[in-house]
Amino acid sequence: MSTSLSKIEKRTAYTLLLPAVFLVFAIILFPIFANVWISFKEVGLKDIRIPEPRAKKIVKNIQDSNFELKIIYKLRNSSLIQDIREVRFSDKLPKNIEPFNLDKRCKFKSQKIKCFFGNWEAGYRENFEIFVKDVNNNAINKNDIKSYNPDLNGKSNNILLTTDFTLKNFKKVFMNNNFFELLMTTFYFTFFGTFGAILLGIFAAQLVNQKFYGRTFMRSILLFPYVGPVVALAYTWTLLLDPNSGTINSLLVNYGVIEKPINLLGQKYLIINILGFELKLRLALTTVIFFEIWRYFPLAFLFILARLQAIPRDLYEAADVDGAGPFRKFFYITLPQITAILSILFMIRFIWNFNKFEDIFLLTGGASGTLTLPISVYQQGFAISNIGMGSAVSIVIVLLLIIFMIIYFKLIGKKANEI
Amino acid sequence: MKFKSLIITLFASSIFLTIIICIWKILATLQGLSFTNLNFNLNLLLSLGLVITSVFIGKKFNHILKIFILSLSFTILYTFLNENSPMWFSAGIFLLILLFTNKLKKYDLKYLNQDFISEKIVFEFLSLFAIVFFALVILFPFYIMFVTSFKTQTALLINPIDLSIDFSKNIFEIFKSYFVIFKTYDFGRYILTSSYVSVGTVLITLLFAIPAAYAVARLNFFGKTFLSTSILIIYMFPAIVLVIPLYTVFSQLGLRNSVEGLLIVYTATTLPVAIYMLQGYFKSIPKEIEEAGLIDGQNWFGIIIKIIIPLSLPAIASVSLYVFMIAWNEFLFSLMFLDNPKTFTLSRAINHLTGDAETPRQYLMAGSVVVTLPILLIFIYFEKYLVSGLTAGSVKG
Repeated sequence: MSTSLSKIEKRTAYTLLLPAVFLVFAIILFPIFANVWISFKEVGLKDIRIPEPRAKKIVKNIQDSNFELKIIYKLRNSSLIQDIREVRFSDKLPKNIEPFNLDKRCKFKSQKIKCFFGNWEAGYRENFEIFVKDVNNNAINKNDIKSYNPDLNGKSNNILLTTDFTLKNFKKVFMNNNFFELLMTTFYFTFFGTFGAILLGIFAAQLVNQKFYGRTFMRSILLFPYVGPVVALAYTWTLLLDPNSGTINSLLVNYGVIEKPINLLGQKYLIINILGFELKLRLALTTVIFFEIWRYFPLAFLFILARLQAIPRDLYEAADVDGAGPFRKFFYITLPQITAILSILFMIRFIWNFNKFEDIFLLTGGASGTLTLPISVYQQGFAISNIGMGSAVSIVIVLLLIIFMIIYFKLIGKKANEI
Repeated sequence: MKFKSLIITLFASSIFLTIIICIWKILATLQGLSFTNLNFNLNLLLSLGLVITSVFIGKKFNHILKIFILSLSFTILYTFLNENSPMWFSAGIFLLILLFTNKLKKYDLKYLNQDFISEKIVFEFLSLFAIVFFALVILFPFYIMFVTSFKTQTALLINPIDLSIDFSKNIFEIFKSYFVIFKTYDFGRYILTSSYVSVGTVLITLLFAIPAAYAVARLNFFGKTFLSTSILIIYMFPAIVLVIPLYTVFSQLGLRNSVEGLLIVYTATTLPVAIYMLQGYFKSIPKEIEEAGLIDGQNWFGIIIKIIIPLSLPAIASVSLYVFMIAWNEFLFSLMFLDNPKTFTLSRAINHLTGDAETPRQYLMAGSVVVTLPILLIFIYFEKYLVSGLTAGSVKG
């Protein structure tokens, strides 16, 4: 009895899970594996369109005769680079209408015209004509003929399904002189973005954890940068920082802080002179990192605030009795209590910032030294139209991600469930 | 001890006040006043004088009378020593000083005489400063976005820092950018598409996630632990590594430029976190209630519909709002999959606007307001639910 019950339970569980699991497999897991396949191929953006035989149907009168008509099919191969083999064509004619002088490639049977066109090379075009007449010499209604759509099909190679593989993409990715710089930029961006967001998050959480007038209001607006759509926020900041008439540059010039506007998003390096040492600051990258911090510190803030509110009050009361000031309380009570959550937060945010695409893409598009791995996927795949290269970069990202995840689960995977 | 805390109070508070005045001045500049000098040192001295007087008067005087007299005299002195300014600017200064001196109420010589007080004072002013800092840093871009949308191209070119709204114009002139983006740029259609996609994603996600989460939370089956750990791992894979294969497959299937394709992708990417959040909540529902349902002859469908869903409405609300937010704000997939303006979502439409360098910035900002406002209003109204959704889902973002 119990075995049959557990069988029913299992069956129910699989039925309930099936739709969700299927969708996740199709849209998330399948593409990750498909990336491996594509990355070993030489595929451009133009190759992925499957060549199709197409036909446009035009119906015309033949001089003065209204029981005879000419149908013109404008045939073409939709692809300019690939052939189509064994093209077959079929179209239907209305009742009592028959073709005459039919092309040799075609046959007429039970009101259907069927043709076999053979091979079409890339970019093939033909104006194919059929003459039709009414059997009873009645006038033909053009719209009756137009109401049927021709059906075409053919065979072609789908470049994605062939088995020619190459290592070219990976060679290009790793042999590229800029690969090391690309990797370093990604790590700078990820590390400082994560670190800054968590630091600001600690400040914000510590602030909101106090009692002051307007605290709930403060807590709501602190989440605005994260809740707002990235497109709107990125463009607002682009306009704010714009060197020509951006608000911030204009204000700084107006108050004499700087002489000339600084192109914060378009200048790769800023040379700073400190005590005779020349320091080269990655300006655009720094700006992008600050945007990243601005946008994602609310998440760190939320996490840390939740933890702060769970710290027992009596710890602080004991410290009050000992006469400890707020700074000591922070360093000796608060900080040790939140280190666990901070380390988890750091790992998770690190992984996510590592994959950030939209923010950099919208601010600089990867120009002026802000090219990171995710942006590179886009550039290779869609700007340079080399899908294979884009996939190869994706594979690099996935491999690094897997390493991060292993570290994450080894270090704090178990702790994460406790908190 | 007393001397140290006095000095710290004086400096911390006067620097704080000076910074507040500077911020007020900068904001006034954006309203069209032509200040070119912040007069930082002069104002610091003035503030120092104000704080010294306030601290030394202490509680010897009626508090309300004291702060009024102090603010009035400071404002007069300030206006006299700084450049000419309109009435409303001075009124603002007066109000700021009023609030500030009120804040200084407890700082008299007796208070400063306490033990360990200086650290506390620094901390208090740091907190005040942090409030101003965060409020400014967060609200400033939103403010700029909002006011820029009411300007005209020529006005912005003549003086880019004058962002004041000219109320002497008629309503149509003031809201011109909004009329233009709805009429010329077809934003009405984009709002509909965005709403359709977001609401659709929420509904389909719930439809798929609730049964799956119930199975993970309650039923025993082979591969359960594997499944629940892999949910989180799958969730960690970012959209950017999915984009190329999805793009190729969707192109070949003809799903690009279709709202349905977008719906499928959004649902799949939000499913793992929805399942994760819901199963956590389902586990907290007492099993006895379901068992009672079983005895009444309910099958799993009846249990989910009649028991689980009504009991977990708060969690479902959190998940829905979170998924809605993700779908409304999503950009990468809409950039990749949509190139036909007929299928654009709001985010994609704004990105399309910027593709043309000639697009005036006030239209861009009006579009940004249109896409930002709904999500902020929803957030403010349903803050409680969305925050719990964000906390649970904040492994991603």
